[in-house]
This record gives sequence, C-alpha cells and structure tokens, in this order.
Amino acid sequence: MTIRFDRKPGLVVYLTAGDPSLEGTRAIALAAIDAGADVIELGVPFSDPLADGPVIQRASERALARATHLADVLQLAREIRAERPAAGLVIFSYLNPILRYGLHKFADDAAGAGVDGVLATDMIVEEAGEYLAELARVGLAPIFLAAPTSPDERIEAIATHSKGFVYAISRTGITGTQQTLTGDAAALVARIRRWTTLPVAVGFGISNAEHVAQVAEFADAAVIGSAIVELVERSTAETAPGAVARFIKGLHLPQAALAR
Amino acid sequence: MASDILPAVPSESRPGRFGIYGGRYVPETLMAALLELEHEYDLAKADPAFQAELSDLLTNYAGRPTPLYFCKRLTEQLGGAKIYLKREDLLHTGAHKINNALGQGLLAKRMGKKRIIAETGAGQHGVATATVCALLGLECVVYMGDVDMERQELNVLRMRLLGAEVRGVSSGSKTLKDAISEAMRDWVTNVRTTYYLLGSALGAHPYPTMVRDFHRCISIEMKRQILEKEGRLPSAVIACVGGGSNAIGAFYEFIPDRQVRLIGVEAGGRGPALGDHAARFRGGAPGVLQGTFSYVLQDDNGQIALTHSVSAGLDYASIGPEHAALHDSGRAEYVVQDDAAALDAVVRLSRTEGILPAIESAHAVAEALSLAPTLPAHEILVVNLSGRGDKDMGILARELKL
Repeated sequence: MTIRFDRKPGLVVYLTAGDPSLEGTRAIALAAIDAGADVIELGVPFSDPLADGPVIQRASERALARATHLADVLQLAREIRAERPAAGLVIFSYLNPILRYGLHKFADDAAGAGVDGVLATDMIVEEAGEYLAELARVGLAPIFLAAPTSPDERIEAIATHSKGFVYAISRTGITGTQQTLTGDAAALVARIRRWTTLPVAVGFGISNAEHVAQVAEFADAAVIGSAIVELVERSTAETAPGAVARFIKGLHLPQAALAR
Repeated sequence: MASDILPAVPSESRPGRFGIYGGRYVPETLMAALLELEHEYDLAKADPAFQAELSDLLTNYAGRPTPLYFCKRLTEQLGGAKIYLKREDLLHTGAHKINNALGQGLLAKRMGKKRIIAETGAGQHGVATATVCALLGLECVVYMGDVDMERQELNVLRMRLLGAEVRGVSSGSKTLKDAISEAMRDWVTNVRTTYYLLGSALGAHPYPTMVRDFHRCISIEMKRQILEKEGRLPSAVIACVGGGSNAIGAFYEFIPDRQVRLIGVEAGGRGPALGDHAARFRGGAPGVLQGTFSYVLQDDNGQIALTHSVSAGLDYASIGPEHAALHDSGRAEYVVQDDAAALDAVVRLSRTEGILPAIESAHAVAEALSLAPTLPAHEILVVNLSGRGDKDMGILARELKL
C-alpha cells in the first residue's frame, strides 16, 4: 500500500490513459509524480462515460481511437510502478470493462502490476459484495465515491468499505472544471470524518491553486482531473509532461513530500 | 453463463433483481434520488387516490382499453394461426409509451418535481413525455441523438409544438444510448430539482420494475379480451424488444401461463456482424450499461458496440434486465427480424388490414407473418402493435420509394 498523503493537502492526478498515447500518458504520469502528485488515477477509456463532462469524454474518444483498453492500462501501471515505486496508483474505470476482463483476473493482474487501489465510477457499495471480496483477496484498496446527496447511512457504508482514501465529490454533476467550490464539499467531508480516519480527497471541478488552498482547509487531498486532461489536450505529446509539471508546481503544494 | 461476473449470488430477494440481472450501477450522486424514487413509487402504488387519477387519465385521456383486433384478411391469406393485434397504436400520441409517461408524470408531480427530463429514440417516448408535461404543467427537456432527430423529424416537431425543449446529442452513435447518457449527465447535475422520466424498462432500480408496472395494463386487457373473444389463452404473445417496455407489458400477465409462448423480437438490422444489428441475445454478453446488469452488445474489451436498426426505437445496445432473466430461464424466446422483413411487414399490414404500424412494431408483425403459416388454424397469435407508423413516413418514403 503506497496510497498516503504525507502533507496537506495531498494531490491526486487523474489522467485518461492512452491520451495522447500510452507512452505519452506514461511520461505525463512520471512528470506529475516528480512535480508533487501523491497518487495517479489512471482512467480506463470507456465508450459511454456517463459520469464525465466534455473534456474527459473527448479524451476517452481519442484514447479509444488508439485502441487503448484495460489490459493496456494495466501494463502502463506496471511500467509506472517500476519507475516510481513510492507513488500511489489507482485504476479508475467504469464497471463494464472490468467485468468483461473478468473480476478475478482483473484483481490478480492489477495487483500484479503494482496497482494500489481501484475506483469504479458506477459501482455502489450495495452491489459490491464480490467486487470487495476480489479486491481484498489481493490487497487492492476499494475507493468509493461519496456525494453531497448521499444520506448519512450511505456515507457510513462508503466510509467503512473504502480503503486508501475516500473520494468526496465536491458537488452534484459530471466531471469538469468550475469557477468556485460550493459549500457542499466541506460539509460532506465533515460527514465522512464521522465514520473514518482514512484520508479524504475532494474532487470534481478543482482546477487551480485557489481551489486547492480551499480544499486544504477541510480535506486531506485534492483531485485534479479535467483541468489536467484539458491541458494535455491543448499540448503536444512532447510538451504535455512539462506543461503538467508546471501546472502542478503552480498549485503551490507544500514541499515536504516532493522527494518521492 | 455469468459465473465470473457480478453479482456472485443470484438473489431474487434483493430489490430490483430479476434473477442475477438488474440492480443499480450508477454514480453515487444519483443514489439518494433512486432511493427516494423507489420509496415514493411504493407509496404511490399503494395509494388509491394515485391509482384512481392514473386510471382516469388512461381511460379518458389516453384511450384505454385499446381494442384487440382480429386480422381476418391477413389470417386468411397466411392460412394458419389466427392473428390478433393489441392496438396500442390507437392510444393518444400513437404508441404504448403514454402509459408509462402518465404514470411517471403523476409520480413526479406528487414528488413536487417541476422539471422533467427524458431520453427518446424513435421520439414516441419524447412525445408522450412532452404531452404529459403539457397536461400537468411541467417543464420538459428531451434528449435525442442527432441521427434519431434526423430520421424521426416529425416527432421532434411534435415535441417542440407541445412546448418541450429537444436537445440533440452528438456523441457516440448519436442514437438512444447516447441520449440516455446525456439525460443521466443532466440528472446527476440537477438531481435535486429534476425528475428523470425514463422511457423503457431499463436503467437502475426502480425503473425496470416501475416502467413494467405502468405497462402491465397491456397484458391485463389482452388476457381479458382474448378470453372474451376466444374463450382460451393465445398460443403466443409476440412483441418487439428495444429496451423492452412494450414487450414486458404484453408478457407480464402471461408469465404464469406456461402454455403461452412469449416471443420477443429483436432488430436484426442489416446483418449478423457486430455493429449491424441490435440483437442482444444473439451477439451480446452480460454486462453493465447505464445503470443495469443485463445483456449488452459489446466488444472483447467491454466497450459498448455500435448498433443498427432501421427503427430508432429498437436501436439500442442493451435490453431490459427482466428480459435477460426471462431469456435465461427459457420462459420467453427471443428471435430476430431484420430491416427488410420489418419493412415488408409494414407494407403487408397496411395493404391487407389498412393498419400502418410503426417500424418497431412491424418487427413483431414480421415474426407473426413467418410463424402463422407454420401453425394450425386453431392456434392464436397475439401481436402487441406498440405504435403507429405515421412518424416513419420519411423513412418509408425513402426505403419503399413511395
């Protein structure tokens, strides 16, 4: 288990794997880790990403056009793990590619690749019996989403079944950037903390240093996805790693853990 | 069949499960809304005042009960089993979809929701939803794939006339699947104020159960009517299956009657290759799409396949979970009729009985046309004629060179 946040706030970076290419994602992930990302979420492109906004939809289409699939993403994880042994690595996927791969084989192969945790966007705690058992069998951390709309009894179940960290969704809606953080996020994190001592990461709509500083006041880590995916979209394969590293440095994270 | 796939333990007792199928696979943000919907639906179902209001609208507004019509000329021509049509095409707005739209519209009103969203493929559910929103004074936004907007333009215009906003969807295959994804994105964003009026027996629990309940009236009437006319149950009930709402409504009351064959007809499109049809039981495998675990047309990597059917309403990569369970148990049979057979059936029914069926429903008619001559004259086939074909005149003019 290498999901940990040594300083506050920690940083989780989401990348759509295979955009601009698998090799490109590898270079961007390494640059992001070196610039201060504690955890990399490798997004498995899916044909029907119904929880995602336009930025990640477009990235998924580009990655699928290059035939990037779950097996490729696991291989990518293996390569990143070999180069950065201390970084946290999470597979972020819709459920169907995992089911088609086979839950048992997926758990084996993800653990074998050095992945730390799994976040399945459309897997809720009530349906997760076999999923939890398979991840537990190989020591993978299940990470569940908690939403501002989740009632307390669901927050309890989500907090209890998560490992690694709990992912708090900052607002109702799909992935994508926004101007300001709503009051939903702080209240949600407070509710999550009643049930767990795990770190809580806040995501959806976080795109700049100001947002990250706000998150630092009440949560353990910030998740940045669409803002970085959009930066990758606007960059070339050659310039993307540097651009992402500069973006992360511009977030003014505390220096303590940069030695990873 | 699904040994390495969720859920491990088939459990009829879990809410929203049909055998191993169904369930809820959605972003967490929607869970509170789904739980609220389930609760409110249970209350409404048990409330005589709700049922009375729905029943009144079904009778006096939508036009229930619909006739069960004996196709004398068609039966004579085919020289086999008797063919009856359940005339859902005669309902207000032109298809069975109004049954569910009225039920869910009343439920939304009861829940205090002022904004309704819906997806539509052929446009019939969109029109039904826009109609009910006009009737109940609710705001209405309908998502529709760009391809479907083009091929079902008449329904787009009807929705706009009724006061609905039609939002085109240009992602993916630009058909029903993509319209559902976009509706779900809207719902996840506006979940606190918005009611998602899903139009088929699909999606996360409680939708497949609720939508089926609102269409049960089809088979309740069908059973009573055939007993009145023939004094016995039919040999088979035949219905087309896109998401599966008209079929489950037509099948449901007959499920305990083992002697009645239940035949679902999927769209064979232009051929058997993946991408050329929407026959989930022929080319699909169990998986999760848009909230439910069912048969899904997909590739080896779990990416959802493109589909094709001349009928927008059957052009969908998954199928309602209750149909998946009926398929696996063998209680229902699922067959395929292709684009050409459906178009032939449109012409045949129009010219023999003076009834223009929707191209979706014509798939079920096509199955009856091929089945009837193989059966003796005392057998009875009931086809659920789920909608009328006026909406399809553009496609028919082109395909049939009228």
